[in-house]
Amino acid sequence: MRIALFVTCVNDLVFPATGQAVVRVLERLGHTVEFPVEQSCCGQMHANSGYRAEALPLVRNFVDTFGRYDAVVAPSGSCVAMVRESYPRLAGPDPELAAAVAELAPRVHELSELLVDVLGVTDVGAAFPHRVTYHPTCHGLRMLRLGDRPLRLLRAVRGLDLVELPGAEECCGFGGTFAVKNADVSAAMLADKCAAVCDTGAAYVAAADNSCLAHIGGGLSRRGRSTPGAPRAVHYAEILASTEEEA
Amino acid sequence: MGTVDRSARDEILARIRAVRPDEPVSVPREYRTGPVAGGTVGEPGEAEAAALDGELIELLVDRLVDYRATVRRCAPQDVPGALAELLGEVPTVVVPPGAPVRWLSAYLGRIRRDGDPEPLTVADLDAPGVAVVTGCAVAIAQTGTLLLDGAPDQGRRLLSLVPDHHLCVVRAGQVVGGVPEALARLADPTRPTTLVSGPSATSDIELDRVEGVHGPRRLDVLVVTD
Amino acid sequence: MTTGTGNIVAPLPFPTAARRELADGQLRANLRRATHTIRDKRLRVVGEVPDWPALRRSGAAIKDDVLARLPELLEQFEAAATAAGATVHWARDATEACTLVTELVQRTGSTEVVKVKSMATQEIGLNEALAEVGIEAVETDLAELIVQLADDTPSHILVPAIHYNRRQIRDIFASRMPGVDLDKLTDDPPALAEAARRHLRAKFLSAKVAISGANFAVAETGTLVVVESEGNGRMCLTLPETLISVVGVEKLLPTFRDLEVFLQLLPRSSTGERMNPYTSLWTGVTPGDGPQTLHIVLVDNGRTETLADPVGRQALRCIRCSACLNVCPVYERVGGHAYGSVYPGPIGAILSPQMTGPDAGANRTLPYASTLCGACFDACPVRIDIPEVLVHLRQRGVDARRGRPSAERTAMRALAWTMRDRRRYAAALRAARRGAAPLRLVTGARGQVRRLPWPLSAWTASRDAPLPAGRTFRDWWAGRDRTGGEGTGGDRG
Ligand code: SF4
Repeated sequence: MRIALFVTCVNDLVFPATGQAVVRVLERLGHTVEFPVEQSCCGQMHANSGYRAEALPLVRNFVDTFGRYDAVVAPSGSCVAMVRESYPRLAGPDPELAAAVAELAPRVHELSELLVDVLGVTDVGAAFPHRVTYHPTCHGLRMLRLGDRPLRLLRAVRGLDLVELPGAEECCGFGGTFAVKNADVSAAMLADKCAAVCDTGAAYVAAADNSCLAHIGGGLSRRGRSTPGAPRAVHYAEILASTEEEA
Repeated sequence: MGTVDRSARDEILARIRAVRPDEPVSVPREYRTGPVAGGTVGEPGEAEAAALDGELIELLVDRLVDYRATVRRCAPQDVPGALAELLGEVPTVVVPPGAPVRWLSAYLGRIRRDGDPEPLTVADLDAPGVAVVTGCAVAIAQTGTLLLDGAPDQGRRLLSLVPDHHLCVVRAGQVVGGVPEALARLADPTRPTTLVSGPSATSDIELDRVEGVHGPRRLDVLVVTD
Repeated sequence: MTTGTGNIVAPLPFPTAARRELADGQLRANLRRATHTIRDKRLRVVGEVPDWPALRRSGAAIKDDVLARLPELLEQFEAAATAAGATVHWARDATEACTLVTELVQRTGSTEVVKVKSMATQEIGLNEALAEVGIEAVETDLAELIVQLADDTPSHILVPAIHYNRRQIRDIFASRMPGVDLDKLTDDPPALAEAARRHLRAKFLSAKVAISGANFAVAETGTLVVVESEGNGRMCLTLPETLISVVGVEKLLPTFRDLEVFLQLLPRSSTGERMNPYTSLWTGVTPGDGPQTLHIVLVDNGRTETLADPVGRQALRCIRCSACLNVCPVYERVGGHAYGSVYPGPIGAILSPQMTGPDAGANRTLPYASTLCGACFDACPVRIDIPEVLVHLRQRGVDARRGRPSAERTAMRALAWTMRDRRRYAAALRAARRGAAPLRLVTGARGQVRRLPWPLSAWTASRDAPLPAGRTFRDWWAGRDRTGGEGTGGDRG
């Protein structure tokens, strides 16, 4: 099976460790991962802010780049949701593009979908001896319906103490440009999410999306400046990549 | 009043015609319309139907109690006794024109029948110590709902509204599983119809339910089974 | 096309109004408590219904069918209602509807009317219009009564006084309710309900004219339906001589049977009950039972404008259950007043700007009042894809302003231009990484930035920002390719 990694633009620039973690996990399981360098951004911010015309070339680029692979994996729930849920809508008026999107979209997976559904694994041989809580993110929860896939993967990690996050299903307040356009409301939502995370006593809060994590992590880090020991935000792929030696 | 302005009507209709979607829509109806018991879906065989009736009544009682209605069960011959007991010290009982005389044969207080000889006034109904006894058209087990459609044993709408205490007699054969069966049973949907689920209540204070606002604050239901 | 008018225009941009509301800690505590109570209840009673997904699909399809056949169904409704003894009137907008109703009341000679809670009459500003000609409108729904006594505006579709807690309600009753018995008035909800009962009883029993809305209007039979809890609706619909019902044109259902879907969807979605305490159905007038004069006012007020948009028209399926408000994390923080319209929350964010057109007041800011978290779509009993419509309205706004200079569009264009070419993209990544290098020296172990220049200062006002990494993923990959894959390790963040 030819698995291509769509690392996503934010991860490429700001969180390369997440992309590296995906590669390590899949290679450890005996798979070969390819990274087509033509890839860039899925166009989510453009499309969600109402810039369809600006998003369309990015849709085309995505389809051209990944069309030839058996499976595409991305460590980002929102980018996968963009491809699977919004691409058909954006491509709609262009029948050729719409057909290409319809053909490709079912093969684009969030990491936990690839691992659990396509490759049939829940134990990826990881070790991470820390208390962790998991924020499911809106895209993972309500658009991709990831369900307990990430939790099953995390529960199989040796040494990991998974604690439930109260109000887990509530949005963290990121919402792309919402965080800037409605900064006050976003901050109010973030404060509640950070409080819930801190209340769990976890050392790490994990999620399937680095954009939400940057938001939550930024809030926790700001809190941590006054109260040291605040939990840290980490992509769950990085937990899955950790092994005994590093632990 | 024959002074209705047609221009607004014609303009609105024309506007809608200009912009409405042109695709016809087909409506799927994959939801449950048949018998239901204990929340499970399925068409019962004949053998199960009798058991189901029993279950429906259990469900109805459970749901009514959940809504803080007082529920009693009795056999057909015990209706007068059961009603008299539920009414207790109530001095005056109002009944619709077609309520069976037998219902209140064991009740010792004053009985006023609507329309006999005159229709009762709002003041009559609003007087302290007045209760009303009605039948119903159909009852929904799943939701604990009584449907009143103005048939002779139910009467005008205000009869079951103004008095502070409403007793409703439900026969076993009137109990159905869900909303679809109940609406299908209404003889004439254009008659004024009221669905009653428990005593009057409100969720307007902190979105939590409190019983007892403008409608009857006490609802008693007598379920008559064989 | 005439756009909608009335109380559906936000006077302030949403972010500004939201900031004002966020400052009220009591408000946030009240909203949090109420919305969380109702969320749990709704989930419980919806979970009880095994065919809920099928009911939602049918509900959505029935409403879509109504929109597709609206002219025919309206004519059918008018004919059936008229045959049953009602008089049907039509109003293009809020002003026309208010004038119509005002004249109808004046003809009865009454100077007081009792009202059943109705979104349509709030939308058109009927109480204000009646007051102008000296007619007092008495709101009889408990929450409406609270809002009216407090001289406030509603903040929720279902529970207009959701922003008050029991203590505040007690204080409003104590100071504003004529003749209230202060000795018996505590902040216990049953005591508050009892006070409302006493206050309104005489009004119900003496009122000559009532005004209602309708949750549903059945085309086949001409039947109107009001779904309520307290019995105030039954009082208004039964005791007065004249009843005037103000109904949005989209409230139709084709057949009586369709109620079997909506009488399941609505109560469970709105108050989280299996069934609301009272539902009234009436068709025209019935001799000897209820009002003997019935006027029905069918109102457009921007609904046609909404119908014209193929994506946005799904908002007209709305049955005003308020589930989307109750689950919305933004609504929960700011409350209904921030939306500046009688339709707040997610549905308001897509309905108000469509009804009025985007240029009314600050309505164009409403589609941005969402993180697109999707909770509203999940909860909506008629499957309105609110996030889809929000994005669509943002796009309409962007498209309408093409050709006008905008910093945001310039940035979006530049970003898209960079991103669709791999060399440009790689170069931009390198530049961003280099630009971040000096910052990295001063940010310390966490690699987080405390303050960024505008417009990203909005981000760093309340959270730290992450820095571009020392090496992009593609650089790492390229290096790894050269050294033969395995053994290059990773840059653990
Ligand atoms: S949009 Fe849907 S959830 Fe919101 S009020 Fe309308 S019907 Fe209810």
